Amino acid sequence: MMTEAMHPTYNYKVVRQFAVMTVVWGIVGMAVGLLIAAQLVFPALNLDLPWTSFGRLRPLHTNAVIFAFGGSALFATSYYVVQRTCQARLISDKLAAFTFWGWQLVILLAAITLPLGMTSSKEYAELEWPIDILITIVWVAYIFVFFGTLIKRKTKHIYVANWFFGAFIIAIAMLHIVNNMALPVTAFKSYSAYAGAMDASIQWWYGHNAVGFMLTAGFLGMMYYFVPKQAERPVYSYRLSIVHFWALIAIYIWAGPHHLHYTALPDWAQSIGMVMSLILLAPSWGGMINGMMTLSGAWHKLRTDPTLRFLVVSLSFYGMSTFEGPMMAIKTVNALSHYTDWTIGHVHSGALGWVAMVTIGSMYHLIPRLWGQTQMYSVTLINAHFWLATIGTVLYIAALWVNGITQGLMWRAVNSDGTLMYSFVESVVASGPGYIVRAIGGAFFLTGMFLMAYNVWRTISQAKAAENKGHSATLEASA
Amino acid sequence: MDINTLRGLATVLAAIAFIGVSLWAYSSHRKTAFNEAANLPFADDDLAEGITHSKQEKNNNE
Repeated sequence: MMTEAMHPTYNYKVVRQFAVMTVVWGIVGMAVGLLIAAQLVFPALNLDLPWTSFGRLRPLHTNAVIFAFGGSALFATSYYVVQRTCQARLISDKLAAFTFWGWQLVILLAAITLPLGMTSSKEYAELEWPIDILITIVWVAYIFVFFGTLIKRKTKHIYVANWFFGAFIIAIAMLHIVNNMALPVTAFKSYSAYAGAMDASIQWWYGHNAVGFMLTAGFLGMMYYFVPKQAERPVYSYRLSIVHFWALIAIYIWAGPHHLHYTALPDWAQSIGMVMSLILLAPSWGGMINGMMTLSGAWHKLRTDPTLRFLVVSLSFYGMSTFEGPMMAIKTVNALSHYTDWTIGHVHSGALGWVAMVTIGSMYHLIPRLWGQTQMYSVTLINAHFWLATIGTVLYIAALWVNGITQGLMWRAVNSDGTLMYSFVESVVASGPGYIVRAIGGAFFLTGMFLMAYNVWRTISQAKAAENKGHSATLEASA
Repeated sequence: MDINTLRGLATVLAAIAFIGVSLWAYSSHRKTAFNEAANLPFADDDLAEGITHSKQEKNNNE
């Protein structure tokens, strides 16, 4: 990493490291996603090897995009925002560096163990117990760095973005530790401490709150800082942001059971999950409206600023998927949608449309500033990236809506004598065209990420060149 | 007391908490404090400007 132009007040080094790794892991994670999407079209792409089979690469994809790409983005932005809104340097540079290298080690270990088939089989918590312990240690260091910096702040108030980041950090610590309680059998194998329906309930309490706190609260923290910054006006309603915060974190924690409709989970728990998911629409949309309305009086900026467009369109996708989610949590709708591609489409409308696009927009704001530039190397490339990402996401989710509803209807269709009208494999055949469109959408999105990588690389090397030039000029002057 | 009465009360408490937070957030004497807080993302811009200066100064001194 660069040693020159280190910020005298703030620790930008760790932010830079995480920002660059956000782009790197974004490409890796999405490339694996594209590969497994292509495997559904051309099964031969699993290469007939166990390490490259769909079942092993799928958790690699989800872990890479959620924890490597999303995690690095959250570390980068939370460290940046907490320093700038508290006007204080991170409490410990060494510990911040430890969170960077520790988190990269976790990702590396995931990339090795998951293709080897080492898994605890818990969705989004597949990593085995030694890695879980490492995650816990890194996370405790993260808690110390983030909250330690909040404590030594020079400002009177704690800006709302930090509330969201803080809630995300605490909730993930709690979820990770509780859900990964396990009895180790060997160094690479453990069994869950919970049994049966209780295990499933805890798993989806974890799983949905990984969505609620990692992929929502954390990224809302990003939204509350970068949308006002890029729009150059304070958030629409600070009061609404407070009600938004408390309502969101109080309700999200109950929504997990909607993943277990019509299972052995007690009916009352399923109903709570459904009702809480429906109520969740209100705080979700409150936050979305707050972000959108921040642009009131500045809508014209969308015409010329593709970074702002990334941020605003991410809020549109956030609004759309937080409407779709509660609908899918209704038991009768879930009876059609569950176990179909509709669920995967819904996840990606959140993951590509919201999480990735708000991250990309934030990075286009953040990266030039970290390297002392006023803007990215090429705004045209940002614009191209915006359209690739938007078209890619729309193709992706539209294809899986069609597939999901087709599958749901085919699976429940019965003949007059009560026998099933279609075999399972017939629904797979019917899904073929949708899988092709989904892979094309994913390819669009990944292509955009390559444009971003090039743009980031040029921005950084431009900054380095300018610095070297300035440096030699002053040397000549002093000589 | 029956555990289900407690569960019912928890719902009431959550509702009271929500109303309490809303009333607090929208009370008029919080207005100035919230305006200050809402402007925090812009409060250190001068600081950031000053930083570019001090960086140049540092280079000049070398």
